[in-house]
Amino acid sequence: MAISEDVVVIGGGLAGSVGALSAARTGASVRLISHKESTLRHASGLIDVLGYPNGGEQPVVNPFDALDELPTGHPYSVVGASGVRDGLALFDEITGDLYVGGHTDRNALVPTQQGTVKPTARYPRSMAAGLASDDREMLLVGFESLSDFDAPLAADHLEAAGVPFESRGVTVRFPADLRADAKLTRFATALERARTVRALAETIEPHLDGAERVGVPALLGEDDAAAVRADLESRLGVSVFELPGGPPSLPGVRLADRLFEALDSAGVHVSTGVPVVGYEAEEDRITSVLVDRGSHAPHPYHAREFVLATGGLVGKGIDSDRNGVREPIFDCHVPHPEDRYDWFLDEAFGDHPFARFGVIPDDELRPVDNQGDPEFENLRAAGSVLGGANIAAEKSGSGISLATGTLAGRLTREAI
Amino acid sequence: MTKDSETDHDHTDHTTDRTDRVATAEATVPPSSERTTDLRPGADNCYKCTACDTSCPVAEVDDEFPGPKFQGPEQWRLKRSEDTDIDESITSCSNCMRCDSACPSGVPLSQMHNTARGEYVEGMSKLSREYVRNRILANYGRLARIGSRVPRLTNFVMSNRVTKWFNERLLGIASEREFPAFATQTFGEWYEERGGPQIESEDRRIAYFHGDYSNFNTPEVAKALVRVFEAFGYEVVVPEQRCSGTPMFANGMLEDARRAAEFNVDTLSALVEEGYDVVCSCTSCSMALRQEYPELFDFEGTEQVAAHTYEALEYLRLHEDLDGALSESEVDGEHPELAYHAPCHARNQGLHRQALELFRELDGVAIEDVGDSCSGISGTYGWKSEKYDYSMEIAEEMFEHMEDADGTTGLTECPTCAMQMEHGTGYEIDHPLEVIEKAVV
Repeated sequence: MAISEDVVVIGGGLAGSVGALSAARTGASVRLISHKESTLRHASGLIDVLGYPNGGEQPVVNPFDALDELPTGHPYSVVGASGVRDGLALFDEITGDLYVGGHTDRNALVPTQQGTVKPTARYPRSMAAGLASDDREMLLVGFESLSDFDAPLAADHLEAAGVPFESRGVTVRFPADLRADAKLTRFATALERARTVRALAETIEPHLDGAERVGVPALLGEDDAAAVRADLESRLGVSVFELPGGPPSLPGVRLADRLFEALDSAGVHVSTGVPVVGYEAEEDRITSVLVDRGSHAPHPYHAREFVLATGGLVGKGIDSDRNGVREPIFDCHVPHPEDRYDWFLDEAFGDHPFARFGVIPDDELRPVDNQGDPEFENLRAAGSVLGGANIAAEKSGSGISLATGTLAGRLTREAI
Repeated sequence: MTKDSETDHDHTDHTTDRTDRVATAEATVPPSSERTTDLRPGADNCYKCTACDTSCPVAEVDDEFPGPKFQGPEQWRLKRSEDTDIDESITSCSNCMRCDSACPSGVPLSQMHNTARGEYVEGMSKLSREYVRNRILANYGRLARIGSRVPRLTNFVMSNRVTKWFNERLLGIASEREFPAFATQTFGEWYEERGGPQIESEDRRIAYFHGDYSNFNTPEVAKALVRVFEAFGYEVVVPEQRCSGTPMFANGMLEDARRAAEFNVDTLSALVEEGYDVVCSCTSCSMALRQEYPELFDFEGTEQVAAHTYEALEYLRLHEDLDGALSESEVDGEHPELAYHAPCHARNQGLHRQALELFRELDGVAIEDVGDSCSGISGTYGWKSEKYDYSMEIAEEMFEHMEDADGTTGLTECPTCAMQMEHGTGYEIDHPLEVIEKAVV
């Protein structure tokens, strides 16, 4: 009975973290429970708000101009433009100089390791010199043993996408003695030694050939990334930027670390390593969530208000098998066609119904049952566990997490 | 719906039974009730995101170590299809289990490592220096039983430069390390001398699993547990026990571990039958009893013991109002600033923040987290000559944060993390139970 807070947030990703921070603003005691280390460690680190509202070919210039085009039931229609702004404002406050993009509502166009250009609202400062709207000549540098990133191919791909600058790619040997299958993190750690940065600059220098900026995969240091990049820039005499890519993702790790620091200094209690597997309720109020502790009977964590931020189908906040789709902790209503052959389309990249599966919120972000009534008085949902958005196609995942996490946190602290 | 998919639908309906089982294997995290010694579902759950590799403290410093993903699911798959030997690099895994807490897909990495390591060690020459050394390190408790009979003599011999030279040259035990001194009176002797439990209770009764270290080396930790639980009205019995098996798992000495585990399960399950819960003061002991035993062994009572095993602070927070008791008490100036390191094994049990949460509310104590890195010693890993430098490199971040802390007292639940913390900084290292003892007893 002793473990008790005002608010329990379930899920340690972006939505859960900002939800907890938002709830803790006025001094409420908050516990964040995350099953594993944050999945942000796999994320690109880009904060997309809205890139492609209706699956179109061309990205929208200003996400705020396109919010009205979204289908009814979209999480943005619950929080509104002001909710999106509140979420971004909280994010800017938390991340400080780690991120840029807050000077404008318009999308920035960030080149990726695949040579695509991604519309995004906020991006790590380490990617700022790479923007596709900038017309400086670009050199992309890949490394022999890092087969995920093919610099010449990515450079060609960028040019084919019609960027307003010349782009070349070169593959070099990384100047440190790393095993052939070394992960990005080992490159990053190696670059935290000045001699590796010096050697890398010497390796890149002969290939510059007039390029005014140099892009490398996101591996320029882990804890001390700003200093590593500054050192490389001063040695090369040109701007250096990182390209976002898949897991393991150092920009994601850095963001997860920054969020954890913020949670810790806000006094949020963080429990990780244990999954929430159920709950106890009295009438229409949840009294505790139950946490699996190995072989034990699950342990209760008590609170007055709860936030569900467990992610979608990928994050496992929404579960499915061939019999149906469900929200596994509270069994909140997740509308879906009875016949599972209606969950998807035949075209691989079609607008699959499953992409929008999730819980349905009322206007206070409380998941509702099939009658439209709140499942519980004191449960709110945030992030990808919410249905109604095709986040992968829209490029809206982070924005939804920020906006709904911030609002859920605020409503929660107001309810206490 | 197209005709094709309809046909497919009809077809798959006939095989619902089989596919439902597959669906279970793919479920998020296998709940503990579905835990199995079959490693197949776990291996299939790996989607190669490399979260484990990037969280592995050994892989970060030892470039020869391929990382947990190879040691676990990949090696398991290699073994399935061809007659491949377990790769020697499995002996470089320190069993910190950080991979388990990193994996977003429920792959039982440490279970796979333990199993592979056991198989590798089975094939090792029993006369090799490495085998002999590892067997000695893994069975520290047996030697401690002998050494602690004459603690002063043993301490003298073990800290002797000649002994260290001999250990380094002949056995490959790092001579930089100081052997922990044996207490002049073991916890067991103290407990017997005081006449066993001071309280008898039908509804508040625990069996204390102290492990070898707090028995032979740090009896003040074990005494603190007894006094704290008695202060909350508990009957504390101390059953006969052997090593939890943690150092044996880490060295692939699964037969030694099996014998120890069988003894412990036998003794403890009898007490669980009588209504006692098992409480540990060491987070690796609680990890062994509640996770590794059921993953590796199936003696009668294994699950039952696992289901009733707790770490001490965890137990008091769940069953008593420890938070309330601490927030209403204070400790006078003896613990000005505690530099707390969370053991990796506490992490996997969801316990790595509890000391911080509790002591931040305790007057007279300031506590500072020294970061989320591994301490690097991982039980016996840092004792091996060839691993010593890696062990110290892993610990660098922790040492730096400890140096930055205001005080010169460290705090941790794990006895070998404590050794490493002391080794790197010269700080005195306390156990959270000792702080609680000062506050509530």
